[in-house]
Amino acid sequence: MSIATDLRPNRSLQAGAKSGERNPKAMVFLVVLWLAMFIAMTVLLVLVVTTLIEGASRLDLRLFTEYPASSPARAGARPAILGSIWVIVTTAVLTIPLGIAAAVQLEEFADKTNRFNHLIEVNVQNLAAIPSVVYGLLALAVLTLLRVQNKNLVIAGATALGLLILPVIIIATREALRSVPVEIREGSLALGATPLQTMWRQTLPSAVPGIATGSILALSRAMGEAAPLLLLGGLVFVSFDPNGLLSGFTTLPIQIFNWTGRPQEEFRVLAAAASIVLLVLLLAMNGLAIYIRNHFQRRW
Amino acid sequence: MDNLTATQPKAGSRALTDRSVGPHSPSRRPSLITSVRRPGEAVAKIVLRLAAWLTIVITVGIVVALIVPALEFFRQVSISDFLFGTRWAPRFADASFGVVPLVTATIWTTAIALITAVPLGLGAAILLSEYAPPRLRAVLKPILEILAGVPTVVYGLFALAFVQGTVLRDWLNLPTGSFSVLAAGLVMGVMIVPTVASLSEDAMSAVPNSMRQGSAALGANRMQTSLRVVFPAALSGIVAAIVLGVSRAVGETMIVAIAAGGQARIVTGPLEQGQTMTGFIANAALGDSRVGSIEYDTLFAVGLLLFMITLLINFISIRFVRRFREVY
Repeated sequence: MSIATDLRPNRSLQAGAKSGERNPKAMVFLVVLWLAMFIAMTVLLVLVVTTLIEGASRLDLRLFTEYPASSPARAGARPAILGSIWVIVTTAVLTIPLGIAAAVQLEEFADKTNRFNHLIEVNVQNLAAIPSVVYGLLALAVLTLLRVQNKNLVIAGATALGLLILPVIIIATREALRSVPVEIREGSLALGATPLQTMWRQTLPSAVPGIATGSILALSRAMGEAAPLLLLGGLVFVSFDPNGLLSGFTTLPIQIFNWTGRPQEEFRVLAAAASIVLLVLLLAMNGLAIYIRNHFQRRW
Repeated sequence: MDNLTATQPKAGSRALTDRSVGPHSPSRRPSLITSVRRPGEAVAKIVLRLAAWLTIVITVGIVVALIVPALEFFRQVSISDFLFGTRWAPRFADASFGVVPLVTATIWTTAIALITAVPLGLGAAILLSEYAPPRLRAVLKPILEILAGVPTVVYGLFALAFVQGTVLRDWLNLPTGSFSVLAAGLVMGVMIVPTVASLSEDAMSAVPNSMRQGSAALGANRMQTSLRVVFPAALSGIVAAIVLGVSRAVGETMIVAIAAGGQARIVTGPLEQGQTMTGFIANAALGDSRVGSIEYDTLFAVGLLLFMITLLINFISIRFVRRFREVY
């Protein structure tokens, strides 16, 4: 922020003056700002620490190898961990190509003066603000329409989460495409490439780091999401490993929700332990996204 | 960017045909490149266009999916009984479908969340945008972003076990049960701090530096510049950030499902428990609602109300931003 250096001479000129930076009101204001930041950070720290303390005693191998059980001592989150992986991979395969295609169309090819295209743009913004449970209701209604009896399917869960993060991926991809300078496109077109070749061989590859970062962040959001999956009956007792797109499943967030609702204290400990696993997974995904952003993003 | 729009579908495809039929048109020199027709390109363009149209299909799908079962619901329950009824008991023998209790709980949790998130978020945003040197910003911003990445079930567990159980009951000795809208609202507020902070900071960073310099030249200190120059100039963006926070709070499900409680009563104080609209949908999903039963349709009626409220909030935000945007 250049303002910091801009103001320095001013401050030294006015040292001691009523309106200077050392004015008591200004000092209090700065303290209040720091307090706001400090409170937010402290809550994060307390959340992580309390979860760690509560869950540490059950953060053992059983959590990864055992199936949910009615006795907390024998219960584990194996199907939930596998289910989360199944659902997220399926969501990624379904959604990322679609989101990129839609973003390329909107950013590179769509006629921006066209009212219909404008409608699509506003609509994507709106979709991003719709509560996640509503996507669950959508998936529930569609499955009912298809007369599917058992709605707890990997493919159904992945579709619900995919619809939820599609607008996020579209918005991130558009931003990544927008940051690729026009000269790259013009150079390619001038060399005789068609608009589509230009997009496929020049613009899109240049935007890959931005797209990857946005997609990973969107997927990590889907991974922590439980509300839409609840509506598909993801809370049923799953004591088997998911093994296909039409398999029943449960995910880590749903397993955590299930355990928090039990009366026994031991289940709350299990929920905290599973929360640690989920937090570590998400932190790894976020870290990867930030790494890609910092190391592969090109500055033009 | 403007140059790019020249490659809009029509212009683009015309340019393409010109090139590929080049040798055949008498007015043009034969192209040096082997001119091959590219049927694949037409297909690819259609695929791209379909992908963009899909987003409209999803919206229409949501509206239809919500409205059809909701209409079924309103055939049995009048709209005024639903909107103004004060007793919510869809599963009882003498069922009653007044949504007011759910709405009061949503208002309480949302209001508490905003009272928490707006000061914290704006404080953090002013600090990041007006005070923090770049290196400090590079540390603080990612930490705030982690706060946004914590899954809502984990927040819910934190609200239930630590905020409600330990802080409110054990430490402060407040007269409250296992659940309260206060605990859910406070934690929800923390959850939306990054949303408010990051969007407000973007808005404030977009205010040109010349305005800050002008203010400083007139003898204002940084507090005065922040509050009287930058803040008003960025107001439309800040309001949009807060409004997005509101719509996230209204739609948040897991925190309230875990920590706010499961009894649908009119909430009159922050220490009471209450079931929000989203909390009802989550809880109803736990029970087995037969397709075609009134319980099943109730889900969609409440979902439709929730959808309309968030849509309304969103439109207000878009209007507000357009009306009050300062363009520099």
